[in-house]
Amino acid sequence: MAPTGSRRSGYSRRAQYNLFTGYVIAGIGALIGAILLALSFFQPQLFGGVRGAAQGGLSPATETAATVRTGSKSVWENISGYYRAGSKNAQLKRELEIARIRLREAEAVKQENVRLKGLLDLHEAETKPVAVARLVGSSASSTRRFAYLGAGSNDGVAVGMPVRSPRGVVGRILETGSSSSRVLLLTDTESVLPVRRAGDEVVAFAEGRGDGLLRIKLINLGINPLEPGDLFVTSGAGGYYPPGIAVAILTETTDDGGLARIVSDPAAADYVSVEQIYEPEAALGAETPIERELTD
Amino acid sequence: MERNDPRARTDAYGSRINRSHSNMLANAVPWASIMVASILPVFPIATALPVVPPLGLLMLLGWRLVRPGLLPVWAGLPLGLIDDLFSGQPFGFAMFVWSLIMLAIEVVEMRLPWRAFWQDWFTAGLLIVGYLFAGWLLSGAQPTIHSLVALVPQLVLTILLFPIAARFVAMLDRFRLTRWRAL
Repeated sequence: MAPTGSRRSGYSRRAQYNLFTGYVIAGIGALIGAILLALSFFQPQLFGGVRGAAQGGLSPATETAATVRTGSKSVWENISGYYRAGSKNAQLKRELEIARIRLREAEAVKQENVRLKGLLDLHEAETKPVAVARLVGSSASSTRRFAYLGAGSNDGVAVGMPVRSPRGVVGRILETGSSSSRVLLLTDTESVLPVRRAGDEVVAFAEGRGDGLLRIKLINLGINPLEPGDLFVTSGAGGYYPPGIAVAILTETTDDGGLARIVSDPAAADYVSVEQIYEPEAALGAETPIERELTD
Repeated sequence: MERNDPRARTDAYGSRINRSHSNMLANAVPWASIMVASILPVFPIATALPVVPPLGLLMLLGWRLVRPGLLPVWAGLPLGLIDDLFSGQPFGFAMFVWSLIMLAIEVVEMRLPWRAFWQDWFTAGLLIVGYLFAGWLLSGAQPTIHSLVALVPQLVLTILLFPIAARFVAMLDRFRLTRWRAL
């Protein structure tokens, strides 16, 4: 479109001043932005309150959208379930039968565990989730991988608490507002999680790479024992996550570990639960910057 | 009188007789549309990659380039503030970069007062590349090569969406200037 000519102020003093003031305010705006940006680099939590309030104000819309999202997903699952329904059904029945047997066996093992723990005088407190809520949104246009949770400090959610879905770890609470909170997802580049291979004691760190994959970095270097298909679970080190929750499956091995895909895709989870910090003393003792998991 | 063209007293914005623009709408639509576009990327859940284009920036560029002179040069500050609340970037990022973008377009307009659409698209494309690169650099996390590669789909999508954003802005502009008010 043609320029409007509002830039040419002519002889009008008022127009000249208006124009000049506009440029000055724009320059000051850039300066204010730069200062706030620098501040939020050194104090990432500084503006959490404002952001939390903004998210809270948006929550009627995001909650509705989350309800629709999970609802429409199950509709699609229903439709796709009809595809090869017969053979799938037969296979599922076979798997279910085996799973039932394994479940009985697991119950026996659990019973034995309780008995042995009783002998050793170990107590295990029942962990109840702090809150169960939907993931209502995410920072979909930013390089960072955050999700927004529909529960906040009013529901007892506090910074650092682990967030999990029925499938596995989703992330960690980073900021809380009164009715919503921000979750640092595993795929974010700032997320580091101590893991071990399920089945043995190969310990490693799972770091987000920023492109949807996790980098598994072995702690003991040497011959790389990993193979594609290995499942990694939380090791409980660091004190934030309880041990034994599924995290990722290895897809590719590298020199110092491998690349893994997350088990619990937050976009596929209907509800997620926020749990207590597993060992608050250990987590507090670590005194690491809040955005990083406990590392070396 | 019946033989006269019934559209003689109307234009693209409605009847010219007994009708006038709504001041509120004419002033609020650009600002409101950019704010809503800033909020929209919150809704989808993107786990792996930043897949949703920065819609707030697209609408800002659209209004600024399709209707020059409508948004003041300082508009990047208040609109960036809204974007910062929802974007997930460190607070102040959009205020900083959007202010610079508004000043940059002002400079471009000074050099090239008459432009074709593809020149606007080119300008917007350069600014989008700069914005996303700055977002990668100043995200508050360690900028890794993998997260840079992960930006590419979003970058391509955003540049390709600019013409659609521009058409949408033109549509909103007609809506903005429709004569709603009965005199």
